[in-house]
Amino acid sequence: MLLLRKRNNPEDFQEKRDYPLVIQLAWLIPIFPVLGALINGVWGRTQIRNRAPVIAVAAVSASFLLSCLVFLGVAAGSPATTLTLYEWIASANFRVNIAFLIDPLTAIMLMVVTGVGLLVHIYSIGYMHEEKGSYRFFTYLNLFMFSMLILVLADNYLLMFVGWEGVGLCSYLLIGYWYQRPSATNAGNKAFIVNRIGDAGFLLGIFSLFVTFGSVRYADIFPHAKIMSEAAATAITLFLLVGAAGKSAQIPLYVWLPDAMEGPTPVSALIHAATMVTAGIYMIVRSNALFDLAPFSLEVVAVVGAVTAVFAASIGLVQNDIKRVLAYSTISQLGYMFLACGVGAYLSGVFHLFTHAFFKGLLFLGSGSVIHSLSGEQDMRKMGGLSNKIPLTYKTFLIGTVAIAGIPPLSGFWSKDEILSSAFSSGHYLLWGIGLVGAFMTSFYMFRLLFLTFHGPSRVDHDVEHHIHESPSTMTTPLIILAGFSLLIGLIVGFPPDSGWIHRFLSPILVSAGEHEAEGHALSLGLELGLMFLSTVVAAAGWALARHFYIKEPALPKILAQRAHGLYITLLNKYWVDELYRALIVQPILRLADFLWALDRWVLDGLVNGAGWVTLLESRISEILDIYVVDGAVNGVSATLDVGARGLRRLQTGAVQNYILAMAAGVAILAVVYMF
Amino acid sequence: MVPLEWCLVLAFSLFAIGMAGVLVRRNIIMVLLSIELILNSANITFVAYSYYLQSVTGQVIVFFVSTMAAAEVSLGLALVIALYRIRSTLNVDQIDLMRW
Repeated sequence: MLLLRKRNNPEDFQEKRDYPLVIQLAWLIPIFPVLGALINGVWGRTQIRNRAPVIAVAAVSASFLLSCLVFLGVAAGSPATTLTLYEWIASANFRVNIAFLIDPLTAIMLMVVTGVGLLVHIYSIGYMHEEKGSYRFFTYLNLFMFSMLILVLADNYLLMFVGWEGVGLCSYLLIGYWYQRPSATNAGNKAFIVNRIGDAGFLLGIFSLFVTFGSVRYADIFPHAKIMSEAAATAITLFLLVGAAGKSAQIPLYVWLPDAMEGPTPVSALIHAATMVTAGIYMIVRSNALFDLAPFSLEVVAVVGAVTAVFAASIGLVQNDIKRVLAYSTISQLGYMFLACGVGAYLSGVFHLFTHAFFKGLLFLGSGSVIHSLSGEQDMRKMGGLSNKIPLTYKTFLIGTVAIAGIPPLSGFWSKDEILSSAFSSGHYLLWGIGLVGAFMTSFYMFRLLFLTFHGPSRVDHDVEHHIHESPSTMTTPLIILAGFSLLIGLIVGFPPDSGWIHRFLSPILVSAGEHEAEGHALSLGLELGLMFLSTVVAAAGWALARHFYIKEPALPKILAQRAHGLYITLLNKYWVDELYRALIVQPILRLADFLWALDRWVLDGLVNGAGWVTLLESRISEILDIYVVDGAVNGVSATLDVGARGLRRLQTGAVQNYILAMAAGVAILAVVYMF
Repeated sequence: MVPLEWCLVLAFSLFAIGMAGVLVRRNIIMVLLSIELILNSANITFVAYSYYLQSVTGQVIVFFVSTMAAAEVSLGLALVIALYRIRSTLNVDQIDLMRW
């Protein structure tokens, strides 16, 4: 039924004749994964079992291939097209369709989602090989792909929100995949609940949009965005920002992402690095028409992004779990993307999203490979000296590290530098400075991670050391592919800065494209080169300091930790934000829940039980009535008869003389009566 | 002439004595005797009226009554003898079984 395309109005019908075929088939892209999820979900446990990964990978491959074709179609010049699939809501003045918008931003996102998604699926074949319930994993993963694709393909906010919620759900399911671990299930709950807080804001934003514009379709809102007053625009965009902050783990709603590392590493790579967490950025970029009309909101976005970037990086400096460092790194890099959007450089934000997906995905999958070869060890204090033992993992990880540190000519440098120079050129010098400090910290903690894991003397547990082995090719091949992208993609699509291929490709999605280009050229070439040089120096400084701390003088970190003990403890404990939230928010709510439970138990259940007790009482009364009154009446009748009969029976004595007496008495009475 | 009332009183007295005997006597034979007395009082009444109404009808009825009395007494005595054979008592108060 869903496949029937209802033609709502004549224009739709007319437009479709002009599209290339492949774009018309774009609606199939999310269908493959949902079919995969259905097959694996229903028959996975019984029929398919070990072959479940194949179905999942096949589904995503099909989506990827189709996405490539769609991308080529859009790149070849196909205009932004809408595929209307189904008239979903049609009530009075609120009309929403299930419709997909295929434009350059969507095309890029499709490539990222399906491309990295495919690599993660292939990687998962190896990583989840010994798991018994792996069909469940692949079902959820395919379901996630479906939701994410709906999110990026949607042509209206409501459908995007459907995908938004779907990815939140799948994130919860996948984080809590090993559901027998309470830490995993708690983390899943935390992720979903914190996300939900953001979603409340997002929903308020959608409601406000509908009230203002009478529709939730992008095509109905963005061209007419100017009808909003600045106050309305600010309110709407701040609501949307709350939603984005929840999904993309910015202050104050970032706390779920480090805990989300409880899930299997492929999940961390796909969902919490490359795709789901980028949904917030995607949404802000998509809504750039709205944000451009609310400069205050843009400032908030930029400040939140920059502060988060540095805040998270500072925590990542001292963490000992390899995945935690990467989690905080992700939060930090998302902060950079927010910073980019906030200073108006939306395309730089998308560019960084693009490169980040590759190198962060690579880093996570690489860490998964390390954990796999160390039979589950995740604490970096128990690693070291692995560069010779797992060379392929090491080399790809090295490329990823250099990329994220922002060292040219790798991809991370181009995207990050663009953000910093946009911040500088738009006059946000303080934010630029903060971003630069963050870049230094990024480089430092990433090289720290590299050195602790792969270099130096081996601190690995003795029994684990025997089993160290390179991962199978299903795991290493995606690493190699991602490393290739991290190495080259920045140069290929993003050079020269602000006017590379990707900028020209994406410019149609910006409402203020003309102004943006003017801003990009505000800096002189000399200043531009100078900033690039500064970024490189900062990254190299991070590398050098890490090398000093962890290769040259390994005793130094401990000494520094002792000297600055207070600071160290604060960073190690993540500024005690979780504890703060727990005390301020969670505990009062739990107490309220306890109170309500007591209310329910004593008052409400008391009422219900009381009603039952009254019924019991009534039945007792009925019983007594029945025994004494009703039965009494019945018995009374018989007793009366009994007494009467007993009395009358005494007439029959058997003595004939008594009978004669009676007769004589009767005759006498009759005689007397007769006489008178 | 003897007044009619005197004959009637006599008959009534005999009737009353006979009735009392029937009701009071314990011996079955005595009860039967008392019943004869009652019959005889009836006979006297008939005869008295036959004299005073100068009609012989009354005396004819006496024949019938006497015959009936004789037959009835013989029947009664036969029953008494049969009863005595079973119960070995002539005490009316002890013959009160209604069924056994």
